[in-house]
Amino acid sequence: MGRKLLLEHINVPGINTFDVYRQKGGYRAVEKALKMTPDEVVEEVKKSGLRGRGGAGFPTGMKWSFLAKPEGVARYLVCNADESEPGTFKDRFLMTHIPHALIEGMIVSSFALGAKTSYIYVRGEMMPQIRILERAIAEAKNAGFLGKNILGSGYDLELYVQPGGGAYICGEETALLESLEGKRGNPRIKPPFPAIAGLYGCPTVVNNVESIAATVPIINDGGDEYAKIGIGRSTGTKLISASGNLVKPGVYEIELGLSVEEFLYSDEYCGGIANGKRLKATVAGGSSVPVLPANLSLKLANGEPRLMSYESLSEGGFATGTMMGSGGFIAFDEDQCIVRNTWNFSRFYHHESCGQCSPCREGTGWMEKVLHRLEYGHGKMSDIDLLVDVSKKIEGNTICPLGDAAAWPVASAIRHFRDEFEWHVKEPVKALETNYGLANYAEPIKKVEVTS
Amino acid sequence: MSDKVKVTIDGISIEVAPGTSILNAARQIGGDIVPPAMCYYSKLEGSGGKCRTCIVKVSKGSEKDPRPMPKLVASCRTTVMDGMEVQNITSPEVIEARSGVVEILLINHPLDCPVCDQAGECDLQNLGYEHGLQKTRYEFERRTFERIDIGDKIQLHMNRCILCYRCVFTADQITNKRVHGILNRGDHSEISTYIQTAVDNDFSGNVIDVCPVGALTDKTFRFRNRVWFTKPVDAHRDCPTCSGKVTLWYKGADVLRVTARKDIYGEVEEFICNTCRFDKKKTEDWVIEHPTHISDASVISSNHYETMKPLPVIQNNPKLQAANKVELEKTSKF
Ligand code: SF4
Ligand code: FES
Repeated sequence: MGRKLLLEHINVPGINTFDVYRQKGGYRAVEKALKMTPDEVVEEVKKSGLRGRGGAGFPTGMKWSFLAKPEGVARYLVCNADESEPGTFKDRFLMTHIPHALIEGMIVSSFALGAKTSYIYVRGEMMPQIRILERAIAEAKNAGFLGKNILGSGYDLELYVQPGGGAYICGEETALLESLEGKRGNPRIKPPFPAIAGLYGCPTVVNNVESIAATVPIINDGGDEYAKIGIGRSTGTKLISASGNLVKPGVYEIELGLSVEEFLYSDEYCGGIANGKRLKATVAGGSSVPVLPANLSLKLANGEPRLMSYESLSEGGFATGTMMGSGGFIAFDEDQCIVRNTWNFSRFYHHESCGQCSPCREGTGWMEKVLHRLEYGHGKMSDIDLLVDVSKKIEGNTICPLGDAAAWPVASAIRHFRDEFEWHVKEPVKALETNYGLANYAEPIKKVEVTS
Repeated sequence: MSDKVKVTIDGISIEVAPGTSILNAARQIGGDIVPPAMCYYSKLEGSGGKCRTCIVKVSKGSEKDPRPMPKLVASCRTTVMDGMEVQNITSPEVIEARSGVVEILLINHPLDCPVCDQAGECDLQNLGYEHGLQKTRYEFERRTFERIDIGDKIQLHMNRCILCYRCVFTADQITNKRVHGILNRGDHSEISTYIQTAVDNDFSGNVIDVCPVGALTDKTFRFRNRVWFTKPVDAHRDCPTCSGKVTLWYKGADVLRVTARKDIYGEVEEFICNTCRFDKKKTEDWVIEHPTHISDASVISSNHYETMKPLPVIQNNPKLQAANKVELEKTSKF
């Protein structure tokens, strides 16, 4: 059994209420942190090696230490709960079931950063979670963990929940800040980075829900203890939201360094591919990371097993690797169509592009249309290279990472599944009726007989 | 220590004040190495960074940190560092990426230059000519919008818009009652003034001048003439609201339109008011100064597209040469 830090008490009835959470040892981290100095808290987080759980994987402690601290200027902590990547739903799970873990983390982190006002920016569609968080904040306030002079330490903190308008792009940190300020959620052009001029022009840190919640066990057990879990520079535990053709899809907390094979096939986690089928491909970290065929998902190019860690997943660069991303693990069985799936992703990015910079605004739409044509049997051979070319023109030439996120799935799908794309052109009628199947690119993994 | 920083662009060095953008440093050098800019406008605060035509390669970050920047950067929004080395037209990667941007800007553009008032002074047309390929690879229906009147003097033709946001910044800057902005997102974004509320301001006409394409046009000039048949003349008048410094565009003895004076990068020198722009169309309203200087490269002075010189970018790049073969043959005939 892997260690559980965040979801340890997930099955305790009533853990979403303050009383039960407190009984189970909740808010100890606040009590402990308030006795330390803010710098000591930052130091602990640095020691833990915690890396941002939202996608980029930037060390959280480092991000915190970049925060500018000019005299007399307010600082803000903003929690990015605008989780809307297709395939990722771990933050929502955490907020729904253990809202106090986030609130506690917010108090600890705000204290470390010296923020007196902090915001949780929740995606607009998550109405129930917004209400859950608001209730949790009220409970915490009642118990004296929020508001003026928390636990008599002289530290004041107000925590607000802000619903977003439901745009994916507002998960980009500067777009989130714009939106929080009440403006159109367009990503800002960097520099300046939020650590210097963020919300209302003041120094701001934007962190993912899970990163903030992870500060609680770090403070409780100490950064060194946390750093012992995991492998290499990927420390601690990570929430993975597994979906797709799995026997047991859901949110799992894993110790980083678990092998992909164990995660997929063991009964403790996903329990294998549903209906006894075989694995065709995986998307390891939410829709924006490169898709990998089965053989490369389970093994590195050199034959070693691939592990669930920041380094191992990206081993091999874009040629044979992918990325940890936000931890949205999607598995495709042998009957899924990669072309259709790629089209679906690109439709999403087309719809969600903010429209500021031209390569992303026009390019995402172009890719979607070409993919649609391929999927529906009107494609041409030249379309495949055209897609690669357009994705290259977008990648790296945009203001924010959405452009890259739109380009990678397309480029990687063609890199690994080119024969399937070609088949769609050659057999347009058949492609509408049947699926391409496993073909040669996926190492045939033994078919499991279903016994029922 | 001097308070200037040194930057080298395509092998040419210059010292500029700290905080200058790469684009402005390049403009101080001048000539072919200046990256084209479709959205940046030096007079508009916050503009730039959107169109990506001005991308360049930073091959050396600075004296202190000589690492190159990992991606191409937007020169209009990247500040120079001491010792920075930048490649613009000397980098095939930049030329390639830029022609990609041009292609992308054109996929949803109607290319209705024959009936467009901006033809001849259109930044996108020039850019397309310099970098674009002859044929589009885009085979889908282009997005279309209805034409919208913004007040009785300005017309918005969204089909042609490249969403540079310049007019939005202009409107923001001239009034604090925001009535001009962007609706929707992604490639269905549109410039709008909420239910056609007129941008009611003395300076609203300037949105026409800042528009790099023919999306915002002067209704008092619409279809009156092609710009290359008109003769621009600088003039001024004593105006109570603005500086009164303008360019008059003559056809014979008639003033067909009035615009602000533009510099070589197509940016206006000073914004002018609507009275000057729309209502003073007689020679006796103005004190004539001298004919406006128009660069030889502009079609306005050459009257023909065919004699327009292909830029050095094309002359040195076999790929672009191949793509523009037909046009180049025409040039050599003259
Ligand atoms: S990359 Fe896309 S989403 Fe990001 S700023 Fe540009 S247009 Fe907007
Ligand atoms: S001019 Fe620099 S991005 Fe448009």
